Amino acid sequence: MAEIVIMPKLGFDMAEGVLVRWVGQEGEKIARGAILAEIETDKATVEVESAYEGVILQHLVQQGEVVPVNTPIAVIGAPGETVDLAALGLKVPPAAAPQATKPPAATTPTISEPAIIAPAAQPVAEPEPGLPAGVRASPLARRMAKERGIDLSKVKGTGPSGRIVKADIEAYREPVSPVQAAAAMPEKLAVTFGEAPPDQLIPLSRLRLAISRRMTEAKQNLPHFYISYEYNVAPLLALRQQVNALLPEDEKLSVNDFIIKAVSLCLRSFPNLNASFDLKNEQVIQHGHVNIGVAVAVENGLLTVVCRDADLKPLRQIAAEVRTLVKRAREGKVRPDDIEGSTFSISNLGMFGVEDFQAIINPPEAAILAVSAARQVPVVENGEIKAGMRMKATISVDHRVSDGAEAARFMQELARYLEEPLRLLI
Amino acid sequence: MARITMREAISQALWEEMERDERVFILGEEVGVWGGTYAVTKGFYDHFGEKRVRDTPIAESAIIGAAIGAALTGLRPVAEMMTINFAFTAFDHIVNEAAKLRYMFGGQFTLPMVIRAPGGGGRQLGATHSQTPDAVFAHFPGLKVVSPGTPEDAKGLLKASIRSDDPILFIEHATLYQVRGEVPEGDYVTPIGKSKVQRPGKHVTVVTYSKMLDVSFKAADLLAQEGIEVEIVDLRTLRPLDMEPVLESFKKTNRAVIVEEGWRSYGVGAEIAARIYEEAFDYADAPIKRVAQAEVPLPYNRTLEQMALPQVIDVVNAVKEVL
Repeated sequence: MAEIVIMPKLGFDMAEGVLVRWVGQEGEKIARGAILAEIETDKATVEVESAYEGVILQHLVQQGEVVPVNTPIAVIGAPGETVDLAALGLKVPPAAAPQATKPPAATTPTISEPAIIAPAAQPVAEPEPGLPAGVRASPLARRMAKERGIDLSKVKGTGPSGRIVKADIEAYREPVSPVQAAAAMPEKLAVTFGEAPPDQLIPLSRLRLAISRRMTEAKQNLPHFYISYEYNVAPLLALRQQVNALLPEDEKLSVNDFIIKAVSLCLRSFPNLNASFDLKNEQVIQHGHVNIGVAVAVENGLLTVVCRDADLKPLRQIAAEVRTLVKRAREGKVRPDDIEGSTFSISNLGMFGVEDFQAIINPPEAAILAVSAARQVPVVENGEIKAGMRMKATISVDHRVSDGAEAARFMQELARYLEEPLRLLI
Repeated sequence: MARITMREAISQALWEEMERDERVFILGEEVGVWGGTYAVTKGFYDHFGEKRVRDTPIAESAIIGAAIGAALTGLRPVAEMMTINFAFTAFDHIVNEAAKLRYMFGGQFTLPMVIRAPGGGGRQLGATHSQTPDAVFAHFPGLKVVSPGTPEDAKGLLKASIRSDDPILFIEHATLYQVRGEVPEGDYVTPIGKSKVQRPGKHVTVVTYSKMLDVSFKAADLLAQEGIEVEIVDLRTLRPLDMEPVLESFKKTNRAVIVEEGWRSYGVGAEIAARIYEEAFDYADAPIKRVAQAEVPLPYNRTLEQMALPQVIDVVNAVKEVL
């Protein structure tokens, strides 16, 4: 019995996804758990695994199509099984226009003599349908060209007898329009006077679209207020150095790992900042779990990966998890679980030497902490100016949920953890 | 790990299995008092006695027939053919009986027997004593055909063969007996029917086995000097054939050369190439090449013999042709 694979819902707010690539081709065997397709959601490209074992009988959508969740995308069944879309409760596509007239079938010559005496009657090889006559390409090159939508007749083959091979497809660039060609010319960039380069039109990726939608929604609908604080992080940096001396190279803790731990412990005492505003039901949801979202810069955007129950985890585990999550995010391989369910986010731009900044709340959360660089600055202690290590942080809070005094107390409480960091280890 | 010769590795496997299981015994021409034509069973006769190391008449058909009878009645014979070329006189027993009895009796019997047979050319033994008819035997369902290329695999695979309940043709290469290699200490078996990547690389997949593994290694060393990284997959067993590592490698390199010592026509290379095209056609970036023996009875003359056998330079050239 054929099974229908549907476009999965890979996040609570996912409405549709782009089927980027079919990994399992029609007619191929597929095991349960094997990768069937790659799907791009608002947040990431995710691999979709097959829940069934069998043969991929039919793809119901094409690569590149935008598909609403729960829409059937493929049929998996037994080898040789015919797919009856109607019987499966699926829409039957309009029948293809009937072929005008079938080309007359080549009459099979009656074999009256042994075939061996007729070597001269070799049929002239007809050009393969879909491939221009005279184009020679390796099977791999053909497949790659098809996947990339490259017209093989425009590719120059460098293999034996002009055969198009993998390297030729990889080296192939679509002919550029004069405008683009001008922009690509390096000499234009070298001149310091004269004509400015023309405008570039960069189509929005789905990630960019998602960011624009969510950030506009947050900044327009959530009344933000901001509280800044300066922390003495000299003890934390010293402790970190001490702890890292005991850890192998690939397990060293970052300053951000300490901040995640400190914030998550602190949130236990401030459930109102670990919350979501629920206007529909006129209530505030104070979350039971403390799941810290960590903003990660990825190619052409950012993602928030989630360290779950950070208040319950030792620092080393937080560090290990975040390292894995960030790596997957940067490689474009996040899983839905990696980016869903955060209750409070941290955005850390310390590595860029930023002195102070404010972040936009990541809905449906109620607050976000913007962390800047730890810097050596002059500080006044007992009336004397000395060198000290300070780090600024700013919390952005949804005023519908919380007020200035509460947020200020949170920042104060955070100081107890950041400035006496031994608390993070006990 | 000890560095021992292929001969010692095979000898150790036989000795250890005979010590382990008293049903195991050896029969063949000159295997007892003389210690084996290739000295593999030297010392066995004195240690295990004439009942378990049996010298036979020069009658291969009788050797295999007796081994089949012994296997059917519960013993685990290891029959030695002085060379695989002599197995032709026992061909009917091998392919019509050993390979089929279990099937034809509906599984009532098993045939736990091993036929050890040295083969291959390169020793100026003339056209009838220098053949590599591995593909001929691998053609028959019911017979397992094993042919190791390293001492480690020889020992592990022979032990696995002796412990197997199916008839196995264990083909040794006469020019590999002196080749040394690392062999693990202690008892181990190497699974039958598992190909293995013996050298990782990324540009071309070379599929080979037995003596040609050694030739391919040398070719790979030369190619490496030019920056060409060859991945060598050693089949180790011709039937049942394990294509997984071959296909996996081919999907990575998109190019393959198959190196076999036997003749090209209807050979191992033809089988492997066909399977790659059947199962990984869309990964091919160049036609698959075969390196094999010239289509002539192998000459006695040393120069002509070497010209007819696949050489290192042939492998190097074939790899360059598919690149």
